[in-house]
Order: sequence, then structure tokens, then C-alpha cells
Amino acid sequence: MRSDKHNRAPFPLTLAATGGLLFLHLPLLLIFAYAFTTEDKSFQWPPPGFTTRWLAVTWARPDVWQALTLSLQVAAIATAFALVLGTLCAAALSRARFFGQEAITLLVILPIALPGIVTGIALRSAFGMMGIPFSFWTIVLGHATFCIVVVYNNAVARFRRMSPSLVEASYDLGANGFQTFRHVILPNIGTALLAGGMLAFALSFDEVIVTTFTAGQQQTLPIWMLEELIRPHERPVTNVVAMAVVLVTLIPILGAYYLTRDGAETAGSGK
Amino acid sequence: MPAAVTFRSVSRHFGAVKAVDSVDLEIAEGEFFAMLGPSGSGKTTCLRLIAGFEQPDGGEISILGTSANGVPPWKRHVNTVFQDYALFPHMAILDNVAYGLMVRGVDKATRHKAAEEALDLVKLGGYGARRTGQLSGGQRQRVALARALVNKPSVLLLDEPLGALDLKLREAMQEELKGLQKRLGITFVLVTHDQGEALSMADRVAVFNEGRIVQSGAPEDIYNRPKTRFVADFVGSSNILSPSLSGSLSGDRRWKSLRPEAFTLEPGNGRLSLTGTLEASSFMGAVRRVSLKVADTSIHAHLPAGAALPADGEALTLHFAPEALNPLEDAA
Repeated sequence: MRSDKHNRAPFPLTLAATGGLLFLHLPLLLIFAYAFTTEDKSFQWPPPGFTTRWLAVTWARPDVWQALTLSLQVAAIATAFALVLGTLCAAALSRARFFGQEAITLLVILPIALPGIVTGIALRSAFGMMGIPFSFWTIVLGHATFCIVVVYNNAVARFRRMSPSLVEASYDLGANGFQTFRHVILPNIGTALLAGGMLAFALSFDEVIVTTFTAGQQQTLPIWMLEELIRPHERPVTNVVAMAVVLVTLIPILGAYYLTRDGAETAGSGK
Repeated sequence: MPAAVTFRSVSRHFGAVKAVDSVDLEIAEGEFFAMLGPSGSGKTTCLRLIAGFEQPDGGEISILGTSANGVPPWKRHVNTVFQDYALFPHMAILDNVAYGLMVRGVDKATRHKAAEEALDLVKLGGYGARRTGQLSGGQRQRVALARALVNKPSVLLLDEPLGALDLKLREAMQEELKGLQKRLGITFVLVTHDQGEALSMADRVAVFNEGRIVQSGAPEDIYNRPKTRFVADFVGSSNILSPSLSGSLSGDRRWKSLRPEAFTLEPGNGRLSLTGTLEASSFMGAVRRVSLKVADTSIHAHLPAGAALPADGEALTLHFAPEALNPLEDAA
């Protein structure tokens, strides 16, 4: 919100807002600073020296690459699942009127409101009960639970804005279901899906809690970072990775923001 | 020649609501047919049944002699002009109009040429490159019409097409639609709650109430010879005379309707008369509307604007021809 001359924020509010923003974002800058320090055992301030050596060290570590690849694969596949299922959910719940619709809507968005630890325990016991061994796919399933919600939220907002007679008009003009989806529905919800997909990807990429419960021996990038903090050797490597994660996740989040800003739509919401 | 559309005791229920209740209907080819009724009377559901957006729960619908039961909308040779126009917001006007041809696999040059011609037909030649947001309500209406007509449908369905337009534009479009229908010879089915629209445009009108057709016929018949109190009241304004009042006038104890324009101030040979107290009169431009209290009934009359009237509260006698009294079928 822009303030004009007559509507200037009072000084204490400005101060509080600035303080809040600094509190939120200074730690990020600290991470960046420690990625280039010459001290590798403790967080010493100010950093005793500047070096770019850790970039090369990180690049050469195979465990970093393994974790990164796993995280990217999980995020990509969980997002793909979420795009299909979330869109279908949104289409059904925004169009049809039926008994129990409110309850189902609540159930669809519940995974994002539930604490990750509850989702995690629930999935772990379910997998255990069904005798499903923990694997890449159990991680994907765990992530899909909340990725679907993000896609659903974005898609349902767009579906509600879309006049239902557009679909009927398309049928009326001779287009079958598939043609209608391709030529009318998809172009109208495309940007919402892209935004939802990007956010789902970003959420999955940095997920720790559900992953801890649903992963076997695999280490996704956030889990790897957590382990590195507990037993520190070459501490700045973690910071270099963290810096890379910040930069990589910033891109889809900004993208989602720009895709949905001209419409009162839910892009992120929750989690 | 088979009828364009036939309904054989067609029903469509939504839960306990009988939206369409055992309707029989026959629309001839090349006819301008209007379905008139208040909201919730089943007229729009009938239109959606013809388009294929709804399937009947009972009865049979035929389009051009072929059963349409179970046939999806995209396989029917019927096109619709929607109430909200339903133009595709992500497409240019030309692509909107060419959509029906595009999904049928007509190549780009041919379909764009056909779309241009359709736009010319609705006097929007040269608007093809614009987006839907850049058009006025009246222009969008024409695009919706062109988009339906480009497919050369056997039946064109119009769902309250003029509802969103202002009065002047609506009157102009009424004439234009009627002219277009005569020129193209396509069967038009118009759904409207506006009796003026139905009477002025259609060759035949069906009046709907509570899921049934209560009367159908030429506009003149519907207006001059309404069969029930509902039709007399819904189509134009009408005075409804109770059996006792009409019995005291003509000796025939039945419900009767009497149009306000049937009254004159001058008595004449064989004319009947009603005497009461003048309640109110108001100047309406072409006519003066008079309300006369007869016993416990208010009678409305349209008199010439310059008619000499007594003061309000005074006695007044109005005269009308006996044949203007229209007997109704409602139980006395």
C-alpha cells in the first residue's frame, strides 16, 4: 500500500515495521556472510576473512549433489501429481453442488492446516500398517498431500471466477470434453496452475518434517542440511547450500506472485 | 417435413422440484418460437433440454425427426446465444466466432473467412482483432449471435438474449433479430420473461407456468383470448372479473378477463357498462390510466389522454363491447 501526504504512517509504526523486516531478513544475510568465511568450525562474528573456497568444496561434494538431485526429483514428481489431482478437485468442487460438499472442501484443504508432524506420523503408521517399505515414492506421497492443497487453492479461485457458461458454450459449439479442456479451460486456468505448481515445488523442496517420517535412508536436501548442523565439519558448506536454496526457491515464489497479483486470488496461504 | 423440435411428455425434475413437468411441444421448421414465463416456470430448462445441457428424466425429445435423448450437446445441430453471452475471454473476437469451425477441423483461412462474413451479418465487420473486453454489451451480444450463426445451425436457441441491454438497444435488436430470422429461415427458439418481446418477435408463443405450458398459439390469440387468469395477467395487463361480477354484467357466471384498452367513456349500441368510483388517474403519455372501484374490485382502464374525467372520488361509468369480455377456463 502506497501512502500519500495525507496518509503517512506514524513514526513508531514505521520503526516497528522496519524492525520486523530486519528481524526476518538479517539472518538470511548472515547465512550469505558465513558462506564466504575463512573460519570453518564456529560462527565467529565478524568473519575473520573472505574466501570463495567453499563454493568449490561444495561443488566437489557428492553427498550434496545426491541430496539436491533427490529433492528436485521429489519436488517435480509431487508437483506433477498435485497439478493433476488438485485441478480435478478444484474443477469438481467449484462446479457441482452436492451433499457433503463443504465437508469435502474442508478435507481437501486440511493437510495444509494440519501440523506436519501429524501428517508425518499418520503417513508413517499407514505405510507401516500396509507393509509399504520407505522409498522415494513414500516421500513423494507425503509431499503430494500438501502440494495438492496449494494447486487446489489456486485453481479453485480461478474456476470460481470463470463463468460456467463458457464450458457450455464450448460444448454447444461442437467441442467435446477434451477439446473444451484444451481450448477453453486450460487457457483460463493456466497461469493459476503455473503459480500453484511453482509454490508446490518450492514447498516440497524445503520440506523437513513430513520427509523425516516418510523417508527411509534417502536424504533430501533439507534433511542433509539438518544432519550437517548436528555434526559439523566444513560448516560453511551448509551455508553455501542454504544460499543456493534461497536463490533457487525465490525464483518460483516471485514467479507465482507475479502470475497471480492482478486478481484477488490465493497464491500461497498457509504452511 | 419433420418438426424442428418435438417434445413428447418431457419431464425434468431437480429433486422434488418439477422444473419441466410432462411438456408436449412441437416447433415447426423456420418458425420463430417464443417460450414465455416468469422465472422458475421451466422455460429455460426446456431450452437447456433442447441444447443438451440437461437430459430429460422422462419423455422423448426429437430434433429434426431424430431422437435427441442421450445425445451430448456437441453432437446436436443446435446453437445457443447465452444470456451472459459466454464469449471466450482469452480469444480475439474473430477466434471466438470461428471456434465452432475450429473444433470441427476447418482450416484457418476458411474459418476466418466464414467468421468475417458472420461478423458482417451482425454489422460488426472489422471488429475481429479486438478482445471481448473492448466491446460494449450490445456488441458482445452480436458477437455471440455471429458465433452461433457461423455454424449454420438447424435451430438457434436464444436465452433471454436482450435482458442485459438498455431499452432503446433492446427495441432495435428485437427488429434486427426478427429480420435476421426471416432472412436466414433458421428456426429460432427464444426464451424470455418479457411478454412484449415474445409478442412482438415470435410467430408462436408458449406461455409457461410451474413447469407446464399453460397456453400456446399466435401472439394475437394469446393476447386477445387468454385461457386462464395466469395468462391474462402475465401477458399484458388485464382486469380479472370474478364470476359474480361478470355474472352481473352479462348473466354468464364465469371468470372473465377484460383488457384495459377495451373501455371508452362514450356509451354505444349494445355496449355493456361498469359504474364505480374514480380512485385515481395518471397521465401515461399516449393514454391516461384510470382506476375505478367497482364493488370491491379495482378496474384499470386506458382512456385517451385528453379524456374529460370527473374529480377523484366521483362516480364514473365506463363502456365496453360485450365481445371484449373473454371467458377463462378457471373453475368458478
